[in-house]
Amino acid sequence: MSSPILETETKPAAAAVVKPLVEAAVETVAEPVAELVEEPLDEFDDLVDLSTDVPSVQATAAAAAESPLVEVEAETPSEEACEDFVDLSGSDSDSSQEETLLEVPADSAAASSDPQDVSTALPPGDVATGSAAHEQPGALLEVDIGQASANGEKQPLSEDLFFDPLANLADAGPPPTAAVKQPAPPPQQQQPPQPPLDLFEDDPNDLFGESRHAKSAKQQPPQPSSLFGEVDEDIFGEPLGAPAAKKAGNMASREQRETTVGTKTSGLGGGGAGAGAGFGDVGGPLNNNYEKEPADIFSEEAVTIAPTAAKAAAAASSSRTNGVHGAAEEGDIFAEATVELSLDSPRADRKKNTTAAKPSTSATTLSSAADLSKTHSASLEEVNSHVCIYIHVHISASTSIHTTLAMFRTKTFTVRRRFSDFLGLYEKLTEKHAPNGFIVPPPPEKSIMGMTKVKVGKEDSSSGEFVERRRAALERYLQRVVCHPSLLQDPDVREFLEKEELPRAVGTQALSGAGFLKMLNKATDAVSKMTIKMNESDVWFEEKLQEVEAADQQFRKLHGMVESLVVHRKELSLNTACFSKSVAMLGSSEDNTALSRALSQLAEVEDKMEQLHQEQASCDSFSFAELIADYIRLLGSVRGSFDHRMKAWQRWQDAQTMLQKKRESEAKLLWANKPDKLQQAKDDIAEWEAKVTQYEGDFDRVSSTVRKEVVRFEKEKVKNFKRQIIKYLEAQLKAQQQVSLCSDGV
Amino acid sequence: FCCDPDNLKTSTRSVSVDLNNDTALIIDIPDALCERDKVKFTVHTKTTLSSFQKPDFSVPRQHEDFIWLHDTLVETEEYAGLIIPPAPPKPDFESPREKMHKLGEGEATMTKEEYTKMKQELEAEYLAVFKKTVQVHEVFLQRLSSHPILSKDRNFHIFLEYDQDLTVRRKNAKEMFGGFFKNMVKTADEVIISGIKEVDDFFEQEKTFLLDYYSKIKDSTIKAEKMTRSHKNVADDYIHISATLSSISADDSTAIKKHFEKLADLFEKLRKVEGRVASDQELKLTELLRYYMRDIQAAKDLLYRRARALADYENSNKALDKARLKSRDIPQAEEQQQLCLQKFDKLSESGKRELTSFKGRRVVAFRKNLIEMAELEIKHAKVMLTMIYRCLFDNAYAIMKLALNVVTSRPFP
Repeated sequence: MSSPILETETKPAAAAVVKPLVEAAVETVAEPVAELVEEPLDEFDDLVDLSTDVPSVQATAAAAAESPLVEVEAETPSEEACEDFVDLSGSDSDSSQEETLLEVPADSAAASSDPQDVSTALPPGDVATGSAAHEQPGALLEVDIGQASANGEKQPLSEDLFFDPLANLADAGPPPTAAVKQPAPPPQQQQPPQPPLDLFEDDPNDLFGESRHAKSAKQQPPQPSSLFGEVDEDIFGEPLGAPAAKKAGNMASREQRETTVGTKTSGLGGGGAGAGAGFGDVGGPLNNNYEKEPADIFSEEAVTIAPTAAKAAAAASSSRTNGVHGAAEEGDIFAEATVELSLDSPRADRKKNTTAAKPSTSATTLSSAADLSKTHSASLEEVNSHVCIYIHVHISASTSIHTTLAMFRTKTFTVRRRFSDFLGLYEKLTEKHAPNGFIVPPPPEKSIMGMTKVKVGKEDSSSGEFVERRRAALERYLQRVVCHPSLLQDPDVREFLEKEELPRAVGTQALSGAGFLKMLNKATDAVSKMTIKMNESDVWFEEKLQEVEAADQQFRKLHGMVESLVVHRKELSLNTACFSKSVAMLGSSEDNTALSRALSQLAEVEDKMEQLHQEQASCDSFSFAELIADYIRLLGSVRGSFDHRMKAWQRWQDAQTMLQKKRESEAKLLWANKPDKLQQAKDDIAEWEAKVTQYEGDFDRVSSTVRKEVVRFEKEKVKNFKRQIIKYLEAQLKAQQQVSLCSDGV
Repeated sequence: FCCDPDNLKTSTRSVSVDLNNDTALIIDIPDALCERDKVKFTVHTKTTLSSFQKPDFSVPRQHEDFIWLHDTLVETEEYAGLIIPPAPPKPDFESPREKMHKLGEGEATMTKEEYTKMKQELEAEYLAVFKKTVQVHEVFLQRLSSHPILSKDRNFHIFLEYDQDLTVRRKNAKEMFGGFFKNMVKTADEVIISGIKEVDDFFEQEKTFLLDYYSKIKDSTIKAEKMTRSHKNVADDYIHISATLSSISADDSTAIKKHFEKLADLFEKLRKVEGRVASDQELKLTELLRYYMRDIQAAKDLLYRRARALADYENSNKALDKARLKSRDIPQAEEQQQLCLQKFDKLSESGKRELTSFKGRRVVAFRKNLIEMAELEIKHAKVMLTMIYRCLFDNAYAIMKLALNVVTSRPFP
C-alpha cells in the first residue's frame, strides 16, 4: 500500500463523513457546533474561531479519532458525530428538524461511500494530518458503508415508530438545553490533562510521513499538536476495535478492517521500525484486556485513572505506556463527555449501570445495531415453560439526551422485563408523580383472557396477535414515559431501562390482595370525589374537564365502532377467503377453458383481496383502535390528574381555612398578647401560603401537559391512520388491476 | 313505495343474461308498485306479431302470476325438451325491514345525523332489493320472449295480453303439499333412474358436469352473498365512525378539530364508495351466480325429463319383449315403444341444442359481468385513492403548520 493513494482515499472519505454533518448542523445550530467541537475533543476550543472549514476538518479528525472506539461498541463514527449533532441541535428544539437530522447520517454515509464525488475541497494538509489517518481509510470507508446500510434499515424503522420522535423532541426539549449548557465549562477543566502534545513529540517522528506532517503543520499551526495526539490514539484504538468486533461476531466488514489493521502495522514496521513492533505488542495485551473487562477500560478506568494515566503518559516514553495511555486517553475523552452531558443529574451509580448494561450489548449483533432507531424497538418473545412475556428493549442512542450520551458506548442494550414490571413501573411513577399533576402514561391493561389463551398456548394466530398487540402497546407506553421530560428524570425509569435484574414487581396481580386494596382505594376515591364539591374558579379547567369527559365518551364510542369495523372486516376477509376457495372449485369444474381460467384467476384475486382485508383489519386495529384505546387510557389519567388537582384544591381549601383559623388565633394571640406563640402562627401561615401556591403551580403544569398530549395524539393518529389506508388502497388498486387483467383474459 | 321507472330502466339493462332482442316481441317492466308483501308489476309489451291484438299494451301482474306461468310451462309436455327459464324468486323485503326495525330500536344510541344516514342507507338497500326483484321478473319474461318456441306459447301470450287480473289463486295447502310430494317423488325417481345406462356420451358428460357445477355454484353463491353482506357491514361501520369523528370534532376546540372534520368527511366519502363497491359486487357477481344457479337447476330438470323419457323407453322395450313372449298386445306395446322412442329422441335432440346454447350463453354472461365488475372495482378503488390522497395532503400541510406552531410557542425552561 503506497501512502499517496491511501491518502487520497482518506481525504474525501473523512471530509465526506463530516462535511454534510457539519453543514447541516451549521445550518441549524451554529453554536452547538462550536460546542460540539469543543466537546468530544477538548483541544478544539481554541480553534473554534477559525473559519468554517477548520471546524469541519476538526470534526473530521474527531470522527476519525472516535471511529475505533466507536467500533468497539459496534457503532460507527459518523453516527457518533451525528448523534452529537442531533442531540445538540435537538436542543434547538425545532421539531421539524428531527426529520432532516435523521437523514443526515444517511447522507453523509452515502457521500462517504462515494469518495470521488467529494472533491478535495479542503486543503490536503487539513485532513491528512497524520499517517495514522492515512492508514485508516479502509476502515473508515467500511465503517461508513456499514453505516449506510444501517441507516437504510434505520429509516423504515423510524418510520414505523413514527408517532413519537417528533413530539419527542418537543418534550425532550428541556433536557437537551440543560445538557448543552452544562458541557460548556468542563472542556476548560479538561484542558490540563491533555497530554497528546507529549505523545505527539514522542511518536510521530518515527512513525509518520514527515512531509505531510510538515505541510499540515504549516497550514494549521495551532491544530496539529492536538490532532496528532488524536491520531495516535487512533492507532491504538484500531487494534482494540478490530478484535473486539471480531469477538462480537461482527461480520465481514469488521474482518476486513482487521486486515487493514494488519497492513497498517506492517506499514508501521516499515516506516517506524521497532516502534511499530512495539505497537503490535501493545495491541495484543490490550485486546485481551478488553475482552476480559470491556467496561473497565472505558468507563471506570477512564473516569478514575484518566488523570493519572495522562500524567504517566506525559512522563513515560515507552510505547507500551503510550498504548495504555492512548486507550485511557480515549476513554477519558469519552468518559468526560459522558460526565459532562449527564451533569445535570450526576450519579455515581450511573456508570455502574452502564457497565451492567454493557454485556448485553455485546450480545446484540449488527442487526440490533442497525435498528438503531430513535426509539425503543421492543420485541416480545414467549418463554414456553412459565410462559411469561418478556420484552426486549433495545434502547437506541437518541431516544433522549440522557440515554444517549450517558450511555455513550452502549447505544443499544437489552434488558428483559416481565409485563408486571411495566405495571410496577407505572405504580411507582403514579405514586410519585400523579399527585403533582403529571399525566403518567398508563400501561396497557392486563388481559386475563388473552394471557390465558397464550398460556394454554397453542400456536394459533390469535395468541400471536395478542402478543404482538401487547408488545406494541408496551412499546408505546415506554415511548410515552421516556418522552415525558420529568418522568425521564425519574431514577425508576432509568433503572427499568438499564438494570439487568429488577426486583419482581409486587401487587400488580389483578386478583391479589394488593389488587383488592387498590380497588378499595379507588372506591374511596370515587366517594370522596362525590363529596368534594368544588366551586370551580377557573373557567378553563371547568371547560377542559367537561371536554375531557366528553372526549372520553366519544372516544369510547369511536373505539367500539372501530372494533366492530375490525370485526366486520375480519368477517369480510374470512368470507372472501371462502368465496375464493369456492370460486376456485367452480373454476376447476368449469368446462369452458377460458371461463375456467378466468374463474381461477378471480379466485386468486379474491385470495389477494382477502389478504388485503386482513391487513386492513389489523391495520385498523393496530394503528387506529389501539391508538384510540391508548388515548382513552390516557384520558383516564388526564382525569386522574384532574382529580388530583381537585384534591390539591381541597387541600388548598383546607389550607385556607387553616390559614384563616391561624390568623384568627394569631389575632387572638395578639389580643391576648402572647408573642411566643405568635411566631409559630406566622410560620404556619407562611407554610400554608406556600402550599397554596404550590398547588396552583401544579394546575398549570397539568393543563399544559394535557394540551400538549392531546395535540400530539391527534396529530399522530391522523397521520398514522392515513398512511396505513393509503398503503392499503394502493395495494387494493394493484389487486383491482389484476382483476381487470384476469377478466379481460376471459 | 313507487319505483322510479328511469332508475329501473338503467338497472334492468345490466341483466344477468345476454338476450338477443328480436324486435318482434319486446317486453319490459317499466313500473312496479310495492304494497306490503305484494309487488305489482306493470308488464309492458311491444310487438309486431299478428297473434296479438294490439302492437303496444301494458298489463298489471303480480309475482304469483309469474309463478303460474312458469309452472304451466314446466307442465306442458311439449316443452319437456327445453330449458324452462327459472321462475323469479319471491321478493324478499324482510331483511331490510328487519334492519329498519332494529334501527328504530337503536335510535337512542345514535346522533340524529347518524340515524338519518343509516336510514338513508337502509332505504337505498330496500330500493336495491326492489329493483333487483323487478329485474329478475323482467329477465324471466325476456328470456321467454327471446326463445323461439316458448315465445309462441299460448299461456305466455295470455299472460302478456289479458288486461284483467289473472286471478291466479295462490296455491292452497293441498296443492302446496302436492308440489312438495311431487318434488319428493321426483327426487326419488332421479335416484332410481340414475341407474339406467346412458346411451349418449354428450348427456352423460353434461349430467356429471351440471351436477358438479350446481353444487359448486350454489356454494359460491352463498359465499358471495356473505361476502357482500359483510362488505356492506364495513361500509355501515364507516357511517358510525364518521359520525363519531364529526361529533368529536364538534366538541373539540383545539387545532385538531380540522383534522377530525376532514377525517370524518373522508370516512363519509369512503363509506359511499365502499357501499357502491358492495352493491356492485352484489349486482354483478352475486346476482350472476344466483341466476345461473337457478338456470342450472332448470337445465338439470331438462336432463331429468330426458332421463325419465329414457327410462320410459326402456320400460316400454321391456313391455314389448314381454308382450312378444306372451304374444299378446304386441301392437300396443310396439306403438308404445315407438312413442317412447320418438319422445326420447325428440327430447335428446332439443335438449342437446338447448344445453349447447345454454353453455354459450353462460360463458358470455359470465364474461360480461366479470369484466364489468372488474372495471367498476377499479374505478371505485381509484376514486378512493384520490380521495385519500387529497385528504392526506391537505392534512400533511396542516400538520406541518401545527407542528411549527407548537414548537414556536413552547416556552424554554
